[in-house]
Amino acid sequence: MGPLTVYEIISANTNLVLAFIIGIGFGFVLESSGFSSSRKLAGMFYGYDTTVLKVFFTAAITAMVGTLIFALLGWLDLSVIYINPTYLWSAILGGAVMGAGFILGGFCPGTAFCALSIGKLDALAFIGGLFIGVFLFTEAYPVFEGIYKAEFMGAPFVYDALGMSRGVFAAIMIIAAFGMFWLGEWSERKFPRDEY
Amino acid sequence: MMNLDKSKKYWNPYLGGVMLGLVLLAAIYTAGRGLGASGAVKSVLVTGMEAVAPSHVENTPFYKDYFASHSGNPMKSWLVFEMLGLVVGGFLSGAFAGRLKFKVEHSPKITSRKRIIFALLGGIFFGLGSQLGRGCTSGAALSGMAVLSLGGFITMIFIFGTAFALAYFARKLWI
Repeated sequence: MGPLTVYEIISANTNLVLAFIIGIGFGFVLESSGFSSSRKLAGMFYGYDTTVLKVFFTAAITAMVGTLIFALLGWLDLSVIYINPTYLWSAILGGAVMGAGFILGGFCPGTAFCALSIGKLDALAFIGGLFIGVFLFTEAYPVFEGIYKAEFMGAPFVYDALGMSRGVFAAIMIIAAFGMFWLGEWSERKFPRDEY
Repeated sequence: MMNLDKSKKYWNPYLGGVMLGLVLLAAIYTAGRGLGASGAVKSVLVTGMEAVAPSHVENTPFYKDYFASHSGNPMKSWLVFEMLGLVVGGFLSGAFAGRLKFKVEHSPKITSRKRIIFALLGGIFFGLGSQLGRGCTSGAALSGMAVLSLGGFITMIFIFGTAFALAYFARKLWI
């Protein structure tokens, strides 16, 4: 029964070795999908390249469906998987600040490290910025603390918040993802731009 | 019209998405947690601050909270090892595809210098936002969505929503 480390089928150190191997897979897939290019990532927001949308939602539904199947087969105990706690205001504000960073910088943290690994120097500048940003937060923490801890909601599931079952929500997610893929393909035809 | 030979070098995005989903599933199955990136930056920063300014770390509320909730060496964390792997994996993919090259990638309409300044600025926003939002696109949004967390969906909507809302003002950087 998984998660393997929670059920102590593997040791904490083995888990770190697996983290490294999983990281290799993560970086390989990001780079192979074009996520090492800021102009490809930014294309999402101008409609000329919707790779981000396609990869992101295909990955989310693949992992979601995989998790559900693993749980049904008794391979995975969903009750012990880490669910990030929801603090409403920090989730909203943090997301909005990250969105601004995305459109100005053209990367998110994972893709910046991926781009740096193949020699993109703008990614190095972005990573320098990440450290400054995290530093600003840690130093100014008392200023942010109020909003950071406001509206704590526990670790709720989105389907409970919407008042539906897990299966129904998963089905809606899949249909919505296919709708967005169609929209992405349409957008790329409507706003074509040369590759660079 | 489009330069197809070059775009062919990248994987089909749906294949890439399925592969990324399987990597994420592997993380959930083995470690009971999703992927992430910004947490590793925080680990490195905390370690660096501890080495450079130990008394400051002892007296600052953020670090006090951090050490109260994290035991052990901050570098011996799942996210740090995963991010080291990410750099290796990205490098291998770039090497196989012939994409290893030092360069500043930017729109023909702007200079490298301008690109670097905005990349730095974007990084600052993303670094700050990822702390406020308890994770970035990988940790909060993608992994949160995969485990169907409400917070993951909210953060994802606000990351992409804000970027779309501000895209017009940043258009000269990209198109």
